[in-house]
Amino acid sequence: MAFYSEKVMDHFQNPRNVGEIADPDGVGEVGNPICGDMMTFYIKVKGNVLEDVKFKTFGCGAAIAVSSIVAEMAKGKTLDEAKSITNEMVAKELGGLPPNKMHCSNLGADALRKAIDSYLAKKEGK
Amino acid sequence: MDAIYLDNQSNTKLDERVFVAMLPYFKDNYGNPQSMYSLGAEAKNALDAARLKTAALIGAQESEIVFVSCGSEANNLAVKGAATAAKARGRHIIVSAIEHFSVLQAAKRLSQEGFEVTEIPVDRHGLVSLEDVAKAVRPDTILVSIQHANTEIGTIQPIEEIGRVIKEKNVLFHTDAVCTAGTIPLDVKKVGADLLTLSGSQFYGPKGAAALYIRKGVRVTPQIDGGIQEGGKRSGTENLPAIVGLGKACEIARNEMASNAEKMVLLRNRLIGRIPEKIEHVYLNGHPEKRLPGNVNFSVEFIEGEGMFLLLDLKGIMASSGSACASKALKMSHVLTATGVDAAVGQGSLLFTLSRHNTPEDVDYVLAELPAVVDKLRAMSPLYAHFKKTGQRRDAGPGTDYEHEHAHEEN
Repeated sequence: MAFYSEKVMDHFQNPRNVGEIADPDGVGEVGNPICGDMMTFYIKVKGNVLEDVKFKTFGCGAAIAVSSIVAEMAKGKTLDEAKSITNEMVAKELGGLPPNKMHCSNLGADALRKAIDSYLAKKEGK
Repeated sequence: MDAIYLDNQSNTKLDERVFVAMLPYFKDNYGNPQSMYSLGAEAKNALDAARLKTAALIGAQESEIVFVSCGSEANNLAVKGAATAAKARGRHIIVSAIEHFSVLQAAKRLSQEGFEVTEIPVDRHGLVSLEDVAKAVRPDTILVSIQHANTEIGTIQPIEEIGRVIKEKNVLFHTDAVCTAGTIPLDVKKVGADLLTLSGSQFYGPKGAAALYIRKGVRVTPQIDGGIQEGGKRSGTENLPAIVGLGKACEIARNEMASNAEKMVLLRNRLIGRIPEKIEHVYLNGHPEKRLPGNVNFSVEFIEGEGMFLLLDLKGIMASSGSACASKALKMSHVLTATGVDAAVGQGSLLFTLSRHNTPEDVDYVLAELPAVVDKLRAMSPLYAHFKKTGQRRDAGPGTDYEHEHAHEEN
């Protein structure tokens, strides 16, 4: 068996939603280059729905695939729905991740939640 | 197009002549070299012949070669065996910071058993200094283990000078020559080694056989007890097919390593010269000149090594990396760390190790494909985006929940 599932390799090779949003409603970042993985998520919110989700990721194959699929899973969801996405759900959606990649590369859901929180905090502040 | 194998530090492709030499010992000549009837005698002859060829490669006597299963076993036998046998004289041993884990972990084990270990540093090119070696030796020092060359960054140590410094101090000297034996000329007398590790799988021999040179008169406590094989220094029925293969690989290497190295150096230099011309923000790891013939190691800034070698693999190029993600322990390579490579930059380490089978066409193909791989990953990288926008490198900083997220265990 290959090191990564077919779905991981697909998202790694053809990541969806890569990029930045020029005027984002929220930004969330997790990780650190020193440990080899860092993800930045950008969101655009319309009403209560994630109209757009984009990411930039520094990291291994798993980290890139995770970012790609999280953005795909979250787009079009309500904020509450998107916040309920967990790292475990992401790994499952990818057809599994190698055990040693579960903790450091599987941070996409955390980054997304941070982006949503930053949007909510900004909104409350207004 | 055939896949291009550029991970020869992991293993080399078996030489066809070695394979042919090994074949009879799997099936027809299945005797045990310790048996006294004719089939055993045939096996014993093959074992002796392999020992002679292995000794000849490094200028040793036959009686000074102990066959073992792999380089890690040889390093364990050297470090633990020599230290244990000499413990009445002292309990201090010295290793370099960039040794193979089989040396470092063996030393660590000894430190748990009452030995003291000094790890000497290396400079940014991976060289140990003679002064540091001399300074580290104490009256109770019994063993120094310093590799001949480093598999990852390719740096070749001034091993003969190091050997002289150690000999003046009357201390045992082990060198792990796994990366150099069979690749560049090596003579145990010139090196002044008391113990030397070599492994056939690094120079077109099979897996399953390696050798520890133990200078006549040097005592080593066996790590496997129970039998009479290898002069009692390494018990267990000999892996004769592999040992015959190791002998054959040594014989071939003696004749061919100079021409192989000459060819590999040209390819290596082309990669080292051209990659920085084609790709911005890349940094050579290891020594620019004192370097293994086949070693190319660059840190490619703003991206991570595993992503690079996965994309290269999809293009039929097999390479390696010293990044944290590429390691089982999820830590950046101890070698890059010891040479002072920035912890974020080192994540982009990309390692190509050549063999005699590689061609100029292979190198041209890598040079043609690599820039697009790097561009693709940089286009996704938040670190690169930041640099492009601001001209500044992002401070790696503490990150978010760094300790929490990365509370994974070692190994």
